[in-house]
Parts: sequence; structure tokens; C-alpha cells
Amino acid sequence: MEFEPVIGLEVHVQLNTETKIFCTCSTRFGSTPNTNVCPVCLGLPGVLPVLNQNVLKKAIQASLALNCHIASYSKFDRKHYYYPDLPKNYQISQYDLPIGYKGFLDIRNNDKTKRINITRVHMEEDAGKLIHSEKSSASFSYVDYNRTGVPLIEIVSEPDISSPAEAHRYLEVLKNRMRYIEVSDCNMEEGSLRCDANISIRPTGSKELGVKTEIKNMNSFKAVEKALEYEIKRQIEMLESKQKIKQETRLWDADKEVTTSMRSKEEAHDYRYFPEPDLVPIIVGPEWVKELKASLPQMPDEKFKQYIKKMGIPDENAYRLTAEKELALFFEKCAELYDNYKSLSNWIISEIVQYLNKHQKTIHDLKKLDPKSFVSLVKMVDKGEITSRVAKDVSTEVIEKGTDPEKIVKEKNLKQVSDVSAIDKMVDDVMAEEPDAVEKFKAGKEGVIGYLVGKVMQKSKGKANPKVVTELFRAKLK
Amino acid sequence: MSISKKEVKYVSDLSRIKLEEKELEKFTSQLDKILEYIEQLKEVDTEQVQVTSHSVELQNVVREDKKTKASLTNDEATGMAPDKEKEFFRVPRIIE
Repeated sequence: MEFEPVIGLEVHVQLNTETKIFCTCSTRFGSTPNTNVCPVCLGLPGVLPVLNQNVLKKAIQASLALNCHIASYSKFDRKHYYYPDLPKNYQISQYDLPIGYKGFLDIRNNDKTKRINITRVHMEEDAGKLIHSEKSSASFSYVDYNRTGVPLIEIVSEPDISSPAEAHRYLEVLKNRMRYIEVSDCNMEEGSLRCDANISIRPTGSKELGVKTEIKNMNSFKAVEKALEYEIKRQIEMLESKQKIKQETRLWDADKEVTTSMRSKEEAHDYRYFPEPDLVPIIVGPEWVKELKASLPQMPDEKFKQYIKKMGIPDENAYRLTAEKELALFFEKCAELYDNYKSLSNWIISEIVQYLNKHQKTIHDLKKLDPKSFVSLVKMVDKGEITSRVAKDVSTEVIEKGTDPEKIVKEKNLKQVSDVSAIDKMVDDVMAEEPDAVEKFKAGKEGVIGYLVGKVMQKSKGKANPKVVTELFRAKLK
Repeated sequence: MSISKKEVKYVSDLSRIKLEEKELEKFTSQLDKILEYIEQLKEVDTEQVQVTSHSVELQNVVREDKKTKASLTNDEATGMAPDKEKEFFRVPRIIE
């Protein structure tokens, strides 16, 4: 029997405010434990929480960026559970009247667009951080309440996701949008974006839902994808061997690459929600919604369409350029200076994006990167003044220091050499040094020519025009 | 009866409050009386009254996103707790 997975994601995004959601303690990450705390976030008796207006604003902006409706009347509720990371024994959250509802995100996977519906977006406070000793014999755990009261929004999707790859794309699109509107840096490693997944399987085409499990503890998008793949396989194997799937929470173990049942005692999930009496209702008028909507920047998928339709950029390039707002803006600045958009997009991805990936940096770190000098580099290649090889050698300095590439090329004498007489000698030398390769080529192994051309490129320090070199070899080896 | 012993037991378990059998009996009958008293409210005709989650006529009470009050020091915060170690609050080990 064929099975299909049904996946819904719950994503927590930390809003990047100065102070906490209900008190004026700092939200800074990495402070000395238990120093960003006060009577309000520690839940001492007699205190009064007051909503941070920036949290409300950012939550509305995030909801709008996720195509949600904004509730004209919204409120906070208490969610009760007992765990040492929660000093009040309840978390202030939103239950039946969340700030945003009924939104969607369009994602692209395998060149098809698919709409993932979003059930709701609500505001809540984060819990503290528990530290457990590595030793299983330890009899204590430790609590740091600095994170308690840091503002979060929880974004709940409908079970519209039908593969681990789709889940990955959905998270990317969601993260990009949150970063575009600058409400969060969405750093999964630092915990400013967290994701839990609900997953069940059913016979393909069936309308009924199977028993779901909830997967937690995934700390990268790749981990979400892998955990879902594992869980689908596990659930299918269980059904095929006529076992029952238990509704439970499972933890992803990144080292062993398996999910395991959370062995905590069976507990009723009865949070006994009730309206938070310390906080008054939130009324959001249409004028404010309109104003905030107008304040949002152009979204990545609008840019994506524009790049493809108006600028003729290949899909994959457009997707990668628009993934990061700063990168898209850099590309747009370059495009004002030079209209070979396709070439620009190729070079930005092959040089800048590669550089960022290799050095684990973001474009914010490249303080000296200058559109003018980068465009000048691309132009030099396009005009045949330097080879691609040389451009790649020079690009690091252009990216890191913003140096004018013409200056580097001139100083280091790196102009492309297309003059046959200058290249001719190098070709002869390589033929003398590589008799085996020459024989192979003569015997009909066409592919060897790439190897020979590479040798000449090495000799010329990348300056020889590879086209001329190839032609010379072909002429000589006929 | 407005509340059963079983319900009181369930709520006390959720709240991590350990009750002896005798206490269960006592609190069930006390809670029952309280609930019965409150149920008188049901006699009021609320047909024309709008549902509200809050008793005060206030809305949108917010503050600026600025640090206006100092946080506690680590000593002030952890000093209040029954148990601490270094900068941390200390609790019985929670994971198995």
C-alpha cells in the first residue's frame, strides 16, 4: 500500500525587542544567568504585567507578512502547567482570540507553487532555560530565568505540508519573511526560531487522518527534514506490521538520527486556560492595520517574480538572491549600475554567496562590499578583459575590502592574455610535459583536453584565454 | 453535587497538591458549597449582556519598549529562593 504523510508545523519566533513582553527587563542573549529578571517575570505576588507596545506592533506586522487577518478584538490567557522553567506555574499566552488568523504562505517546491495555510499567529512569553548535568547520577537541575518573558509569536500551520522537503521550504519562506520585515533574526541555533512538527500518515488519497505524533528538539531546518523522513518511515513500518501508532511526543536525536518517545509520565494535557485578569483586551482598528501593512517592505516572493519576469534571471538564481533581503538589495544596487542582470546574478551567487557560506557570515558582516567595485569586476569578465579564473582569484579582495578590481588587475598584471604567440609556448611546454594525456587525446579521448587546458591555465596564473588555449590544442593535436 | 471527589482529585494532581483521603472528602464538600453559592449567578438574566473576558472597561494598556526600571541583581533574585548554586536557581533533577 502507498502512504502519504500529513504534516503541520508549529513555529516559535522570538521578536527582537529591547525589553521583555510584560516587563522592562532586557531581552539580551548571553547575559549572566538570572540578571535580566524582576518581580514581574519571576512571578512574585502582587505585580502587574503591562504589554510592550513594540511586541504588539511586531506581532501584527508578522501576521500581515503571513497574509493573516488581524483580530479586531484579542486577549491574553493563562496556560497552566507545572515545570521549573515557568516561575508563575502558568504561561501568559493567547488561547481562543489570537492576534492573527487564517493566513497562508506560498512555497515553491520542484517548480510548483503550493499554498500552505496558516491557522493562527499568537503572542506569548518564553519560559526560562533549564540546565541539566551530563551525569545521569546528578540529583539537581539548574534554572536561568533570563529568557522568561522574552516575547514570542507562535505560528501554527494547517496540516497542508505533504513532504519533509516541503516542510523545509515552508520554514525557509517563513524565516525569510520574518527577516525581511525585521521582527526577528530567526537564528535556529540561538533559539530565536524553534519548530515542532505534527505528523501522521495515511493511505494515499484517503481523506481520513491517521494518528499523529509530535516531534520536538530539532535545531536546524535540515534536522526537521531528517526527523520527518525518519518518522514517516517509522510510522509506515508500524502500520505495515499491523502495529498501532501511539499519539505521543517524540524527541529527535541528532546524533543517532532517530526519534525516541519522550519517557515522561503520562499526563493529561489539561492547561485550564482562562482569561488573564491582569491584562486588558487589545483592540486593533483598521487604520492601524492599514498603516502597518503599508510599512512592510516588498516581500521576497514579489521580488522573485519581478527578477524572473522583468530581469530575465534564472529561477534558482532569483530564489537564492531573494532569500536574504540585504542580498537582494545589493543585487538591486548593482543592477542600477549594469544591465547584464543574468551575469550579475551568476557572479553574486558564485562569489558572494559562496564566500558567505564558506566563512559562515552574513552579508551584514561585509561592511566594505561596494556595488561599484563588484559591478566593475563582472564587467571586466564580460568584456573579456580578465578570465573567470582571475575574477575568482580577485573576488575575495573585492568582497572583503571593496577594492577596485581594475586596480588589482593592473598592479598584479592579471589582464587576460589572448595573444596566440604568448600562449603558444605554454601549450607546447604542456604537450612536452604531459605525453600520456596527449596520447589519450589522440586515441580519441576528447575529455582529456580539459585537463591539458587546465595545465596551461596554471602556467599562466589563470590569465590565458581558455578559448584560445583550447583552439591551439585542437589545432596542434589534429 | 456540583463537583465530585474524582474531579477534586484530578485538579489536585494537576496542581501538584497531595491530598489525603480525609482532606479530599473535606475539600470536595467545601468546594461544592462554594460552587453552589456561585451558581446563584446563573439566575441572572444575561440574554442582553455582551460576553466579556474582563471586568474593567479598559483596553490597549501598553508601555514603551524601553528599559525604565532596573532588573534585580543576581543575589537579589536567587537569594529569595529556597535553593541555589552559583548564579542559578537549583531544583530537583527533572529528566530521567
